[in-house]
Amino acid sequence: MRLSQSILGYILLVCLGIVFLIPFFWSISSSLKNDTEIFVFPPVWIPTDALWSNYPEALAYMNFGRLLRNTLVVALLNTIGTIFSSAFVAYGFSRFRFKGSNLLFGVLLATMMLPFQVTMIPLFLIFQRIGWLNTFYPLVVPAFFANPFFVFLLRQFFLTLPRELDDAARVDGANPLQIWWRIMLPLAYPALATVTVFSFLGSWNEFIMPLIYLTDQKLYTLSLGLSVFKSSFTTRWGYLMAASVTMTLPPLLLFFATQRFFVRGIALTGIKG
Amino acid sequence: MAVQSSSVRKVGQSSRRPSLHLGMQETLWGLFFISPWIIGFVAFMFAPIIASFWLSLHEYEVITPPQWIGVGNYTKFLLDDPLFQKSLFNTFYYVILSVPLGLLVALGLALLLNLNLRGVAIFRTIFYVPMVTPVVAVSLLWLFLFNPQFGVLNFLLTQVGLSPIGWISDPLWSKPSLILMSLWTVGGTMLIFLAGLQGIPTHLYEAAEIDGANVWRRFLHVTLPMLSPVIFFNMVLGVIGSFQTFTQAYIMTGGGPVDSTLFYALYLYRNAFKLLQMGYASAMAWVLLLIILVLTWLQFRMGRSWVYYESEPLK
Repeated sequence: MRLSQSILGYILLVCLGIVFLIPFFWSISSSLKNDTEIFVFPPVWIPTDALWSNYPEALAYMNFGRLLRNTLVVALLNTIGTIFSSAFVAYGFSRFRFKGSNLLFGVLLATMMLPFQVTMIPLFLIFQRIGWLNTFYPLVVPAFFANPFFVFLLRQFFLTLPRELDDAARVDGANPLQIWWRIMLPLAYPALATVTVFSFLGSWNEFIMPLIYLTDQKLYTLSLGLSVFKSSFTTRWGYLMAASVTMTLPPLLLFFATQRFFVRGIALTGIKG
Repeated sequence: MAVQSSSVRKVGQSSRRPSLHLGMQETLWGLFFISPWIIGFVAFMFAPIIASFWLSLHEYEVITPPQWIGVGNYTKFLLDDPLFQKSLFNTFYYVILSVPLGLLVALGLALLLNLNLRGVAIFRTIFYVPMVTPVVAVSLLWLFLFNPQFGVLNFLLTQVGLSPIGWISDPLWSKPSLILMSLWTVGGTMLIFLAGLQGIPTHLYEAAEIDGANVWRRFLHVTLPMLSPVIFFNMVLGVIGSFQTFTQAYIMTGGGPVDSTLFYALYLYRNAFKLLQMGYASAMAWVLLLIILVLTWLQFRMGRSWVYYESEPLK
């Protein structure tokens, strides 16, 4: 009974695993094909001789270096802003109770449900008025004002740290700002790592915001660059796949390097209450 | 946890009683720490929401100043904008199918992973990796998979003896195609389910087994009720998220063919930034907000009858 159950489990896992991997396999194989092999039916699974030159050519066409630099600038600044501001606010919500603090936390949770579309147009008009269109400011500055989801996640973590730590430090004469910086942040390292990875991946993959705020090609991020590349090379599938694979590689490597934080991070959200 | 926090509060209260200004200090420090969020909330959310409502009552085409038209934008939705109605229909179609199917697939995968077989971590990674892939790359990748002439999916169809279909280039199949694609990115939901499954105490299963419950009955009477808060959580977030589906349609179909994938968020974007109908698009945004609020409220109402929280007794 037990054995047959695990054999059945393995068979299902392997089949589903293959199904989930087909798109990746197909994109890598296509990124190495020449045009004649791309346009054949039934499809060729493994290119007869790998055309590695698709990669440098596609990347040169889309100006990959510049896109990468822009994306890195935005993603790094965004991540730094998100981590510090969210941890700051989360500490406030986890340690200080005052009139209205619960209400404010409720508002914070509610804003997670707010569709971006509702604020999108006024924000665009405001940023246009103050001359922020075609700059990275609209993509970076809001990150320094805390992300509700990460505040929630980090608050859950701070709540698990004993209050005695704060009390002891207060007795020793530390003020809350020092406690936050010297005691809480170092202890929150695993949770902060989760937030860092989530936040970096989020802004690396972000599409709508750059689409709205950036029209100058020199400022394009990878997501935006790839989508424009697609509209000008609709039939060069080898190039498109090579570019897609390259863009996917950094987040994938980051994910593999930090995988253990992910599951823990999800458990941290503590949805079971 | 509850015991701990109440004892902590007692200590705090007794030390606070001697001087009133300690409580004042507590408030000031608290406000100090949450101030970045308060400022951000007012500047990037509250003010824009109000502005969006104000704009929604105006005709505003950017080049000329906003003109008051009252509820004109809103009546236009119902009376003479077939594309608005179409986009609403497309979005509901997509949400109604992709959310439940996504929950099913995610739960199925999580259950498989929760069998705790050796080497299961590899599969967890495989199922999650699409979530890490940039949406734009996912869209391009699937665009090629869906290709009616050279795509893998049509090849697989012909292999099992079915005739090839047009996928996203066929108005009949375009929405089901995007729904199928959305099932590839259920990894996040799956991980939340997995965390939920691992939180179910094993003694419940043991007790059920002693009572003679088979695998299916254990799933029905232990797993599902214990998991219902997680299912509920994923469902609410799934509805909110898929109601805003944008990037896939923007990149893969541009809303076509024959507006069959013109989703609400895409039509809103088009009105705002292509046609520069900022007032009209703001009204659409407010309708979107109302729809999401109503759907969420409905789910909470209905949730009362099927979501089981450990802290309350079973009905």
